[in-house]
Amino acid sequence: MKVWRYTLPLAFFLVVVAFLWRGLTLDPSRVPSPLIDKPAPAFQLPGLKNPDRKISSSDMLGRVWLLNVWGSWCVSCRAEHEVLVALAKSGAVPIVGLNWKDDRTAALAWLQQFGDPYIESAADTAGDVAINYGVYGAPETFIIDKHGTIRHKVIGPLTPERVETEVLPIVQKLEK
Amino acid sequence: MSARALLAVLFWMCATVYADPVPLSAPTAAAERGSGSDPVFEARLRTLEMGLRCMVCQNESLADSGAGLAEDMRREVRSMALAGKSDDDIRNYLHERYGDFIFFRPPVKPETWLLWFGPFMLLIGMILYLLWRHRRPVRVAPAPVDPDRIRQIETLLTEDET
Repeated sequence: MKVWRYTLPLAFFLVVVAFLWRGLTLDPSRVPSPLIDKPAPAFQLPGLKNPDRKISSSDMLGRVWLLNVWGSWCVSCRAEHEVLVALAKSGAVPIVGLNWKDDRTAALAWLQQFGDPYIESAADTAGDVAINYGVYGAPETFIIDKHGTIRHKVIGPLTPERVETEVLPIVQKLEK
Repeated sequence: MSARALLAVLFWMCATVYADPVPLSAPTAAAERGSGSDPVFEARLRTLEMGLRCMVCQNESLADSGAGLAEDMRREVRSMALAGKSDDDIRNYLHERYGDFIFFRPPVKPETWLLWFGPFMLLIGMILYLLWRHRRPVRVAPAPVDPDRIRQIETLLTEDET
């Protein structure tokens, strides 16, 4: 009985410590998406390069693809851009851009200057499609499978490590 | 020890924490949107948006945030409300896309039971512990006293009085 007087509060204390310790390592800006394993919301938007050609989510059915949310106003997008360009060059997976709340001229100038990794970017000027995808900060990258289901979401800029360890393994698994 | 006072304080603290947050005067974002014609509709939107989190500036509500995304989401909420959607429809729509984090008040479900009921369990546990300690008979064995010492004390006391 005497033993409990000391071990019980100690055990309680340790549980609290474990929770707080875990809390220290969590990043509140990474909110898991509830859309994983759900059908990707359908969209039809004017293309960035050619506004007369509509870009639709159903265009990509039958392929594993990435939907990358970006904007020329977005500093972190600039940081990940060369990673995207390299990924596009490797031909591992097609990348569709979602040009989020951007100015068309600025967006085109950006692609001109830094290279264009996208097969095409859809111009979401109003930001409605982004809300439909639960986007809350650029850059975000969705991995979508052949049936149009969202299988993964990368929040924040892609790095060569994240492409290697996170994106490519999932893409390869989905390709099979 | 005043166990009763301690319990009262604990209870009062819990009651305060669980009470509904009173919306403090928030003149920020609502004013600039003020194209509203129907005050009842505007009030309904405002109450709804007060309970929704701005995903960019995470400690601000959708009603108060000046972020671009919050603006877009307010527009979305407004157009859904105008289309005749209920508050629950709108909440569900955003919940499906942004998850539990969109709500300031986390929904009650197995994952959040600890959060919702943990403090009460702790309180009940402490009450039980205090009651148990209080009711337990205090068993103090009388110490053996030397009769010589008693006599000594008595003489000292009488000496003092005279």
